[in-house]
Amino acid sequence: MTTLTTQNPNDNYLNHTKGIKSWLFTLDHKRIGVMYLVCVLLAFLLGGIFAMMIRFQLLTPEGTFMTQDQYNQAFTVHGAVMVFLVIIPAVPAALGNFVLPIMLGAKDVAFPKLNLFSWYLWIFGLVFFLIALGAGGIDTGWTFYTPYSIDKASSMGGVIPALIGAFVLGFSSIFTGMNFIVTIHRLRPKGMTWFRMPLFLWATYATAIIQVLATPVIGITLLLLIVERSVGIGIFDPAMGGDPVLYQHFFWFYSHPAVYIMILPAMGVVSELISVHSHRHIFGYKFIAYSSISIAMFGFLVWGHHMFTSGQSALMNIIFSLITFSVSIPSAVKVFNWLATLYKGSISLNTPMLYGLSFIFIFSIGGLTGLHLATLATDIHLHDSYFVVAHFHYVMMGSALIGFLGGIHHWWPKMTGKMYHENWGRVSAILVFIGFNITFFSQFMMGSKGMPRRYATYVEMPEFQIYHIWSTAGSVILAVGFVICAIYLLHSVFAGKKAPANPWGGRSLEWQCPSPPPWDNFPEQPEVGDCYDYSVLEWNEEEQGYDWRKDAVHPGDEQKA
Amino acid sequence: MSNTDSSHHDDQIGHIVPIKFLIFICCILLFLTAVTVWVSRYDFTEINIAEMGIILALAVATVKATIVGLYFMHLRWDRAFVGFIFVGSILFVVLFIGIALTDTMEYQPSIIKGDTPKVSDAMDLLKH
Ligand code: HEM
Ligand SMILES: [Cu+2]
Repeated sequence: MTTLTTQNPNDNYLNHTKGIKSWLFTLDHKRIGVMYLVCVLLAFLLGGIFAMMIRFQLLTPEGTFMTQDQYNQAFTVHGAVMVFLVIIPAVPAALGNFVLPIMLGAKDVAFPKLNLFSWYLWIFGLVFFLIALGAGGIDTGWTFYTPYSIDKASSMGGVIPALIGAFVLGFSSIFTGMNFIVTIHRLRPKGMTWFRMPLFLWATYATAIIQVLATPVIGITLLLLIVERSVGIGIFDPAMGGDPVLYQHFFWFYSHPAVYIMILPAMGVVSELISVHSHRHIFGYKFIAYSSISIAMFGFLVWGHHMFTSGQSALMNIIFSLITFSVSIPSAVKVFNWLATLYKGSISLNTPMLYGLSFIFIFSIGGLTGLHLATLATDIHLHDSYFVVAHFHYVMMGSALIGFLGGIHHWWPKMTGKMYHENWGRVSAILVFIGFNITFFSQFMMGSKGMPRRYATYVEMPEFQIYHIWSTAGSVILAVGFVICAIYLLHSVFAGKKAPANPWGGRSLEWQCPSPPPWDNFPEQPEVGDCYDYSVLEWNEEEQGYDWRKDAVHPGDEQKA
Repeated sequence: MSNTDSSHHDDQIGHIVPIKFLIFICCILLFLTAVTVWVSRYDFTEINIAEMGIILALAVATVKATIVGLYFMHLRWDRAFVGFIFVGSILFVVLFIGIALTDTMEYQPSIIKGDTPKVSDAMDLLKH
């Protein structure tokens, strides 16, 4: 990278250097972010195809087109792809890489080469997943539970490549997290104090801590599983004195914190969306910031709530149930502060805001149903039913993924320099919201009535068919929403209107550099102020964007939070 | 960890330790290794604490790990915050292993023996 400052106003990170190699070997955080974005979205398409296969299989009690084995494979691949390849890297690696250094006022992340390496690791992870599909498939479920996953006679041949894939993806995630921690500690420019950082940065920081602390544990666990399956060391196999429940401890010690790796950055995105698009100072900044950190800490102490029916001891069940309840406090703190931010704001109901509002609505349901599952007595009935499936889709898809989509729409003009078609954006956001709720609310209903998860057929229980029909119908609406979204986003890249530097009226630093940003982000050091004080901005009709006000701020002109 | 033109802080070079001192530390470590070997030869059943061998070996190992952390990893001269992170991560591992093992001990009595012959054979073997 050279230190060329951008004299040419048309020079930006997209056209600064040309050719495929200039992308594959780039050290620029913005390009790496875009490469992540493209890959993650393609993986989302792959996982989505399997999702639709599952939904169509369940249209009739006898199953429509898959055998039991094929069905097991379909939900395993769907789950593993969506968790490891899509949601975990989605916000931090794709959006975070692009936005984080610019928001911070830095020129890049602390370790650009490590950053590129982590993208290649993601690709390797994908390759191993594909090898797993070729090597006989995988049917253990995304959790790789023992004893099934170590039983070579009954589980399929792709288990080891899939485990290696998840292991490699873990490293990709650790490197991203490490990079972000060091970047936030070391590369903050003058004036960017901890409490001036946009909340998205607090959220990615909290996420990065979890990534660095928890992911090594899943790495070791997967390695142990590989060794157990291939040579039989007897750590999880009871026939050799091992303990299959121990595997669940190891797995969930990572995977519960991992659900916060998914949701925290999305919450960070939503904090930005809600404040910017209601043009109102974020309410309770410090509470939101600290709640991210406390979610990250508490998140480590609740993993046993996935094991209430596994034979876990009564003592641990009670402790884990109690602590799980307390995690919902910081989550609720966030929701209330977002609502207070909206109150009396001048809300623009544009596409990013619709996603932000969807998030609040859906996350509230998802989080609250977590409490039913955290209650020992009710979980006996609900565990391994469609209620759990609905719960985690409300939080992983309805919240984490919707937050990701909101972030894509919010920063799309910045990333591509183009505006997408606003009305199509709204149509698609509303279709996604409606489709999502039809698909998964029906699953809460059938789950609470006893429909088990992971069944390919339900011949003995035809009364559940009506719920499955609703659910499949909803998933079609959802798919239509996503297809529309893909079309107008692609269209905007080629034919969209040119985006102004600040289309929404945001105050954080990324809105102070041109869209798309120049190669080195800021030709000169930007001024850092209160990134949620919008009173200094005004709409500029000519630019179709927001500008700094010429006159000084009139106190009392706008209410400040 | 060279980076591009992005770094605003000069990378100051850390504290430098004279090589003689490092060799001295290395000798201490080797001496402690010898202690571990030496301890392993004794049979502590005479004084009625059969586990004494393991306890001593682990105590020596802890001292060694501390020395490595303090001197080879420069924690002694680094900011206190780095030491805090180091100790914090150890506590974190203790928490994880502690809870997982407590649970394993707790549910032993509720395991239904003899469910599968292979498993009960293995468990009998373990109990001698
Ligand atoms: C906010 C409060 C939350 C509480 C109290 C909570 C509680 C629970 C409990 C008790 C279970 C176990 C249910 C069972 O298997 O019987 C569960 C499952 C699950 N939760 Fe949550 N949860 C919360 C938020 C989240 C979030 C934010 C995510 C992800 C972004 C998430 C993802 C999951 C997943 C993936 C599973 C099921 C995994 C599987 O068995 O395949 N949860 N939740
Ligand atoms: Cu959990």
